[in-house]
Amino acid sequence: MARTITYREAINEALAQEMARDERVIVMGEDNAGGEGAPGEMDAWGGVLGVTKGLYGKFPGRVLDTPISESAFIGAAIGAATGGLRPVAELMFIDFMGVCFDQIFNQAAKFRYMFGGKAVTPVVIRTMWGAGLRAAAQHSQSLLSVFTHVPGLKVAAPSNAYDAKGLMIAAIRDDDPVIFAEHKMLYDTSADVPEESYALPFGEANVVREGGDVTIVAIGRMVHTAMEAAAELASSGVQAEVIDPRTTSPLDVDTILESVENTGRLVVVDESNPRCSLATDVAATVAQDAFGSLRAPIQLVTGPHTPVPFADALEDLFIPDAAKIAGAVKTAVDYAR
Amino acid sequence: MTGTLPTPTSQELTPDQLLAAYRVMRTIRDFEERVHEEFAGGDIPGFVHLYAGEEASAAGVCAHLDGRDAIASTHRGHGHCIAKGVEIGGMMAEIYGRSTGSCRGKGGSMHIADLSKGMLGANGIVGGGPPLICGRALASKHKGDGGVAVAFFGDGASNQGTTLESLNLATVWNLPAIFVAENNGYAESTASSWSVASDDIADRAAAFGMPGVIVDGFDFFAVHEAAGEAVARAREGGGPTLIEVKFTRYFGHFEGDQQLYRADEVANAREKLDCLKRFRARVTDSGQLDDAPLDQIDSEVASAVDAAVAAAKAAPKPGPDDLLTDVYVSY
Repeated sequence: MARTITYREAINEALAQEMARDERVIVMGEDNAGGEGAPGEMDAWGGVLGVTKGLYGKFPGRVLDTPISESAFIGAAIGAATGGLRPVAELMFIDFMGVCFDQIFNQAAKFRYMFGGKAVTPVVIRTMWGAGLRAAAQHSQSLLSVFTHVPGLKVAAPSNAYDAKGLMIAAIRDDDPVIFAEHKMLYDTSADVPEESYALPFGEANVVREGGDVTIVAIGRMVHTAMEAAAELASSGVQAEVIDPRTTSPLDVDTILESVENTGRLVVVDESNPRCSLATDVAATVAQDAFGSLRAPIQLVTGPHTPVPFADALEDLFIPDAAKIAGAVKTAVDYAR
Repeated sequence: MTGTLPTPTSQELTPDQLLAAYRVMRTIRDFEERVHEEFAGGDIPGFVHLYAGEEASAAGVCAHLDGRDAIASTHRGHGHCIAKGVEIGGMMAEIYGRSTGSCRGKGGSMHIADLSKGMLGANGIVGGGPPLICGRALASKHKGDGGVAVAFFGDGASNQGTTLESLNLATVWNLPAIFVAENNGYAESTASSWSVASDDIADRAAAFGMPGVIVDGFDFFAVHEAAGEAVARAREGGGPTLIEVKFTRYFGHFEGDQQLYRADEVANAREKLDCLKRFRARVTDSGQLDDAPLDQIDSEVASAVDAAVAAAKAAPKPGPDDLLTDVYVSY
């Protein structure tokens, strides 16, 4: 039975249901309970934004606070995964990959291939991504493309509470290392989410809105911005199809290609920096595999090639908005050879 | 808490245990000497880092380990693999890049692993192993299986943040972990006497609230005793230990290294300090073993290494179909 709960609650519920189902699932990260070693209460925080709140009491000994020591505890989660556990480790902000990336891309990602198919590393690394919280340059990046680039990693980036629960459950049950990217501006958004456990398969895009004039591919928070643009465009007679890939690795290329073959136009929206990004990746794939269907140049709507600025006036300019997306769609629709 | 142990006794080891330890060390030595020759002959591709001279460390530590226990290794990992029970046939084939290799030819010398033996891989990243070992120790602690986990790393890795963070985490979480710093004097061509800011790597243990000991790495019995204490403490829930093992590697950083940075220390070590010579003298002088069973092991090991090389050379190389497999468990 579905109720309306938040993205934050949906992830918490997924963790709780999987921890109840499988005692190999453990949760670890900075302040994931909160209060370890301190004179006050345990579970003081439940993660910096409260995503893991309450798990400590429900699952004694299975929610571990860690020192601020990402190389050690992300690596420990990976090592524990090779030793029969199914850890869910929190890398608080995706920006912090810089202090522990070796353990992710040189260790976890490569074990299976490098060891001849004999390793299984079922670790989930939860991490908060995206701009919009005035968190400035070191706490606001997207960086999904960096993880997506690495063979051996899977990358999920849910755009809503329903997907967040289903993708988290799938991530925990997956035998491969998964980067689970939670957009920080979505934690308080709500959706109808079934109480019962369900897994959403990786590599299956969600066609959020159907339309025949243009395909908009967007992920994470940008799905919502794209939907705003689509609503505006509809009022001027342009029907946009909005596709949320949900996972960037694996990427549901087929759904994107089929859509472009129908619409003949592609706009890719990615709040990340433009170079070597999800936007360029999708654009290149479509240019290569659906060139004959294109009736206009592919349009990319991204952040600029800058760090994410702090000042609200600047950050709002950095992040693609509905007007920019609508403008890109109009450019594509109005294009005449 | 850093200290050097008194001269240990070997009396607690049975003849079978002594022979098993000797076999491990002899296998490592012959394997590495042979890889050295074969590499010089041009048959082995890629980067190879040899463990010869350091055998007492892998053998002395792994003698205390069983199927519950895991180790993580380094780029200089062949010895750790052998000591943890990885088959040398698969190892040699892996080094030759053959489909019969431990990793089906996809790993090579720097990535030989056998998860079924608790061997979590040689590792091409200096300092890559210690965090993973915290995780293996955590898994054993969580499951309550009594297992311990051992990170072997070099003097170079002793300066990596991953290693220092892992020492901290192991104490914070009270993990059944053992950190074995194999100080062979050089990180590549750079002397550890220069690159390690403390007098000894073991000194760092105090900063992380764990015992630190220094042992003579040419002495199997010294390593065995220190490791025995550390493993027992870890199994009993007493937390981690840092053991610094000091010795010299007999070959260069990698095969092809001209070693212009070194003096004649290798010749001296081979002549006067060598772990195999000292082991044999110790056990025969004490009357614990005769030369005959040791000679027999020498002969058996030589044959086994010959067979491993012959089989590797005859084995098929991986084919085009193998390129794309095993990136993921599920796609």
